[in-house]
Amino acid sequence: MVRPDTYHEVRQHLVDLSDAELEERFWEGARAVVEPLVELARTHTSPSIERSVLMRMGIDSPTCMAVVAECEKRGLLGHGAGHVVLVLMQEWECDAPEAARRLADGEGWEVAEAKWGAAR
Amino acid sequence: MSADRLPPDPPLKLNEKLDVEALLEGLECYRPRRRGWTWREHVPDQQIYEFTYHETSKPLERSVSLPAAHYFEDIDPQPDCVVTTEIASGRPEDDIRRMRMAAWHGADHIMVIRTAGQSHIDGLLEGTPEGVGGIAITRKQLRLTRRALDLIEDEVGRPINFHSYVSGVAGPEMAVLFAEEGVNGAHQDPQYNVLYRNINMYRSFVDAAVAKRIMAAAGILQIDGAHNANATAVRAWKVMPELLVQHAINCAYSEAAGMPKESIALSTVPPDAPPAPCMRMDLPYAIALRDLFGEYKMRAQQNTRYMESDAREATVSHVMNLLVSRLTSADIQSTITPDEGRNVPWHYNNVAAVETAKQSLVGMDGLREMVKVDREAPELAARVREIKERAVLFLEAMIADGGYFAGVEDAYFVDSGEYPETHDDGIARQSDGGVASDSIVVRADDYMAPVCHHFGENHLPEGYRGKAHGEAAPCELVGGCTICEDIKVPYIDELDPTDNVNVRLATTADLRERGLIKPEVEWAGDGVVVVTMFLPAAADVAEAAALELGKAMNLAECEVIHKRVMHPAEGTLCELKGRLDVAIDPTTLVIPEPPEVLSDEEIREFVHERGLKVVAATVGNDEHSVGMREILDIKHGGLEKWGFGVEYLGTSVPIEKVLDAAIEHAASAVLISTIITHGEIHRLMMQKLADLAEEKGVREKLLLISGGTQVTDELARSWGMDAGFGRKTKGIDVASFIVESMRKRGI
Repeated sequence: MVRPDTYHEVRQHLVDLSDAELEERFWEGARAVVEPLVELARTHTSPSIERSVLMRMGIDSPTCMAVVAECEKRGLLGHGAGHVVLVLMQEWECDAPEAARRLADGEGWEVAEAKWGAAR
Repeated sequence: MSADRLPPDPPLKLNEKLDVEALLEGLECYRPRRRGWTWREHVPDQQIYEFTYHETSKPLERSVSLPAAHYFEDIDPQPDCVVTTEIASGRPEDDIRRMRMAAWHGADHIMVIRTAGQSHIDGLLEGTPEGVGGIAITRKQLRLTRRALDLIEDEVGRPINFHSYVSGVAGPEMAVLFAEEGVNGAHQDPQYNVLYRNINMYRSFVDAAVAKRIMAAAGILQIDGAHNANATAVRAWKVMPELLVQHAINCAYSEAAGMPKESIALSTVPPDAPPAPCMRMDLPYAIALRDLFGEYKMRAQQNTRYMESDAREATVSHVMNLLVSRLTSADIQSTITPDEGRNVPWHYNNVAAVETAKQSLVGMDGLREMVKVDREAPELAARVREIKERAVLFLEAMIADGGYFAGVEDAYFVDSGEYPETHDDGIARQSDGGVASDSIVVRADDYMAPVCHHFGENHLPEGYRGKAHGEAAPCELVGGCTICEDIKVPYIDELDPTDNVNVRLATTADLRERGLIKPEVEWAGDGVVVVTMFLPAAADVAEAAALELGKAMNLAECEVIHKRVMHPAEGTLCELKGRLDVAIDPTTLVIPEPPEVLSDEEIREFVHERGLKVVAATVGNDEHSVGMREILDIKHGGLEKWGFGVEYLGTSVPIEKVLDAAIEHAASAVLISTIITHGEIHRLMMQKLADLAEEKGVREKLLLISGGTQVTDELARSWGMDAGFGRKTKGIDVASFIVESMRKRGI
């Protein structure tokens, strides 16, 4: 939309604000803009987020990539890729890198499936 | 997996180059020695030489001072703010050498730009593939660089902050990588992904919250991406209200993700450049910004929007940017290389930009105590208020229109109108479009991430909900995480056998092993040189002529990288780039020993105490006086500079007259200038002077010195002189010789 500079018309509600009040209005606006974005982030995850979880569990990047891709394919990402690896760590009684390596090799997915069901 | 930690490397030696090969050895065991950001240590009222500084920090142990510093006992005062340089040649092995040079000139924030396209890669890269326009950020590249920076910071005596980008599709992974590898600062701003990288907006914001939380845990200083609006906008001076909005969104979002205010820095640029009256336009903006964001850090960037190939013009604009920093505030002063308008930055232009910042900041030390911005000036006060109001109007309208995502779909951002004016030429992105669209997933009721510092819903079992609940850390579920236990970080060396540092180093091994010298601007052995030439021709003709001249000089791949019209008909200045495939073996060079010279103070004191005088003349039938005047005159840095009394007798002076004058004035030295002639007049003159001095019984008391373009010390001595000085002699050489000889002789 092309709009001429209407600054002088649309600023009327701001004219009487003190500088401090104007600054407060600015930050109120910023917080209001950000609030739904934060809520979206709080309740969602992504492949990169899940790979970052696996990285923190000591797993190398190609293995993170393979495990998260498989989780995505099987509709497991919403439970957490780290969660999937944890389940298999417990099943196999091994550490996270070992469990992730075996998952990346195609093992153990039936255990996850038994827990969460088959791909959606 | 990581084995034992690597022991510290031996310190760098002043006269030795970085050993790149050695630094590549054992990287699997290298671990960073600290995390988080380091500020400079401000020293109030610092005394350096004869001056008191108000805005400087702890000095460096080793550095290269400004060119004029030799007039001031070579002092090198360091400004109070951190100084940034951006180094990313595409090859980490070359970057680290340039980092060492930049650090010696005062850079303590070293930023590496990523290779083109990395922000669209959904995952991490490994190894050391060559980058384009930047570097492939990988674990190995980060370790090599951080390891080199450990040595460099020890050499200069000040911590160096290492910095790159936690943006793109793989933000959370980058954040973990940076936390693990001790990266100290990073750009993180989901708006940058959305607007400039066309990465899906939902994905960008969801990822950003997780990335920011991890950065906060590692103490990484965050810089936002708002400056890009300035660099992209059609009319950069119109985006000021929007810039405030962009800063605010990232600040508020970062805090909501758990980042403390002191770790949040705003990337702010004076938007304009001459011929706009830029100071009057940019200062109100800088002030409005600092009013609103006083609790955050300011990273002052330099203008790139109006940079062309003219390095001089860019430098002047940058100095004006630095004046804005000094009149307002800057916690970090970023620099842009003066050649960025024409190519990927070159070694010496990083140094040039850092020196511009150091020179300007030190020169304007304490200026704001005397020259204050007049906040009451009507134009300034009105404009500051107006920019803030326009930003508030922007936010209010965006909320009314459905919020941030709706605003981006409506092309609210980077419009060339100053809000509320719009030209409908902003950047529009669709919420279901862009790279990695449709890739976010709702966290299920049992979503769990068994690691520390994870943002968002996380259904951890009781007993593992972390310190806040008085329980064990989440990562204890999986036996620890890499953020808590450094040793758990895995390492991959190379994945590509053909595109890696070892393959590249093999091509330049000869240069390193034999110490061959080949010019370079970016990479070892690139052979690039620049020839500056004025050509008496119109611009298009001059450019074509320059290319031909380059060929005649044996330069390959010639390119005119800058031209400037001096006059449409009279001529054009051209800077020609070309490749010179020649390497010099230093063992074949004859390098004259530099004469030892005394300090100015030492000479002045000696001369002053004794009231030393010299008598000088051009002898024989010689009317040349230029060379002699350069040795004598104060204007040319000659003997008068140190207080010598100088009696210059003129040209074609007979030897007898010279000696009589020396006796009459009780001179300590006689200086004669002579040209070499076929008739050996020069030899005769020198011998005659020596003989006559002997005859008159003054030889012991007088230093006899001869000079001339072809005189050598060896010849002059063989003909009875105490010294001979040839071409390129400076006053300091003669002064040092006189003082040292008199000391030796006990005169």
